[in-house]
Amino acid sequence: MGKRSIIPYGPQHPVLPEPIHIDLVIEDERIIEAIPSVGFIHRGLESLVDKRDFNQLVYVVERTCGICSFQHGMGYCEAVESVFGVEIPDRAKFLRTIWSEMSRIHSHLLWLGLLADGFGYENLFYQCWRIRERVLDLIELTTGGRVIFSVNKIGGVLKDIPEDQLRHILSELDAIEADLNVIKKTFIEDYTVQSRLRGIGILTREQAHDLGCAGPVARASGIKADMRKRGYDAYPHLDFEPIVSNAGDSYARCYCRLMEVFQSIDLIRQAIGKIPGESDLSVAIKGNPDGEAFFRCEQPRGEAVYYVKGSGKTFLDRFRVRTPTFANLPGLCEMLAGAELSDVGLLVITIDPCISCTER
Amino acid sequence: MAEVIAPENILEEIELSDLLHVVMTKKKEGLRLSQACAAYVDGKYELSYSFADDKTYQLTTLRVVIDVDAKVPSITEIVPQAIFYENEMKELFGVNIEMIALDYNNKLYRIEEEAPFGPKKEENNG
Amino acid sequence: MANIKRSPWLLHYDGSSCNGCDIEVLACLTPVYDAERFGVMNTGDPMQADILLITGGINTQNQEVVKQLYDQMPRPKVVCAVGVCACTGGVFKDCYNILGGADTVIPVDIYVPGCAARPQAIIDGIVQAVELFQKRSEEHDALVKNKGKEAS
Repeated sequence: MGKRSIIPYGPQHPVLPEPIHIDLVIEDERIIEAIPSVGFIHRGLESLVDKRDFNQLVYVVERTCGICSFQHGMGYCEAVESVFGVEIPDRAKFLRTIWSEMSRIHSHLLWLGLLADGFGYENLFYQCWRIRERVLDLIELTTGGRVIFSVNKIGGVLKDIPEDQLRHILSELDAIEADLNVIKKTFIEDYTVQSRLRGIGILTREQAHDLGCAGPVARASGIKADMRKRGYDAYPHLDFEPIVSNAGDSYARCYCRLMEVFQSIDLIRQAIGKIPGESDLSVAIKGNPDGEAFFRCEQPRGEAVYYVKGSGKTFLDRFRVRTPTFANLPGLCEMLAGAELSDVGLLVITIDPCISCTER
Repeated sequence: MAEVIAPENILEEIELSDLLHVVMTKKKEGLRLSQACAAYVDGKYELSYSFADDKTYQLTTLRVVIDVDAKVPSITEIVPQAIFYENEMKELFGVNIEMIALDYNNKLYRIEEEAPFGPKKEENNG
Repeated sequence: MANIKRSPWLLHYDGSSCNGCDIEVLACLTPVYDAERFGVMNTGDPMQADILLITGGINTQNQEVVKQLYDQMPRPKVVCAVGVCACTGGVFKDCYNILGGADTVIPVDIYVPGCAARPQAIIDGIVQAVELFQKRSEEHDALVKNKGKEAS
């Protein structure tokens, strides 16, 4: 048997734009154990509850992460709304759903691009990001921002999407779907892609459950859990089934995310078809939050948990967000143990790590 | 129309001595540890362990209220993925958690300030 | 832009940003915005980089990393802070773990504002960094030439 050695991986490395450090204990080329250490992006965002009141905190929470920014703001707002016990107007619910799904499309396309770059398909990476720009254009059209678009407020949303823009979204979605069908063929059928992804980093259903994995990582291992089925926002009115694969390898994770892009396009179409007529976009909030609430929503990366506790003051006692990557880290360590050293970059990408979320 | 399952979240208050026992029961019921967090309110720690059921989408939260100097047993023996949550509680809040399977010894985030969310800061501000 | 003679390489480092600026920096390098038409190229190796694009504020953990990256880059070099967090600390300025903007540890030449900084603004920052790099290279060359003369 070979000698054991430890290879430090990160924090600055070419595969990921974000810093994460993993100590890899290897024997020859095989990894025995992986110990992640985080903290390069730790800002202490949750401590700002002492300095910002609960309305201002929306803007801070949205900056937990620039990719799922909208859903962070939404999750916080819905947690505070359930402390107040208010129901937001139906149109606002549908608007939140539409923006959520747009964020999901842009996040998944970003990830597919990074994965393509990870297995050496540079052109495919550029194609994914080119399609992603079309979604960002739609977001910019409807909200004014590209990646961080503060349209949430406690009690509703700040902006409406007028009728003509909704029609434009529909026609743009058709074009995006046509573009996606071209790259889908490569991701699903290409021989090299399959040889690079199939059987790599297998996470069985039991392991995924025991390690508490969330989102596409869990669904790729056969766990049929999608928080959207929990029925928040407009999801009770929409028809969809969680996309599940049983293989549990990197290919399955790629497949799940790719299919979720198509699912999100379908959900936006359904939501635009069912959106109620123009009405108020928010309800008035009176007083300060008193009480506590948990709220779970499905982010592009999986289940996120928001916890809000207030005691009748303008400043909350505690705000906590548990982000999906935090739940997927133990799964990543499990995947890495037993993998080849040359697969590490790819495996780290397949859980779709969002380090800024994780460390807050 | 899609099937909607939207059960209310449950909050169970338990004693510290029952913690390991209850966590074991939850695990045997097939629940997944969704999150664990601490809060420092009025001179006491409130620990929350949330267990999620992926079939019914029910979230059950165990709440333990303890004194600042109380010693908390680690649940990592039962639920291994709790190491990150427990290390976070220990480092950011100063909760006295014993026997974590992989103890980072307050070096998870490697911050300079000691327990920024914990009681020490409260005294400084007051 | 006709006078560009050099082709500086970019190094991107994510300080403690929220990812918003990072993906915008990456988006700048993809075909729709294509910052590479200004003669720059993205690299992951600090030893080969000429321009450092830094996003996000500095915290206690990454200040050593940022310093080290800056020291590893060969002279002359240009630092461009992208996004309001890298400029001043931004929305996280009051957090206990944030020391401030990128200029708390390394000298910053160009500040690109925005939260998240828009690709147009980032491209403008890159163009200015390229021009500054050109100027510094010429100064650096002249210095080396003079030293050569003195020696002979």
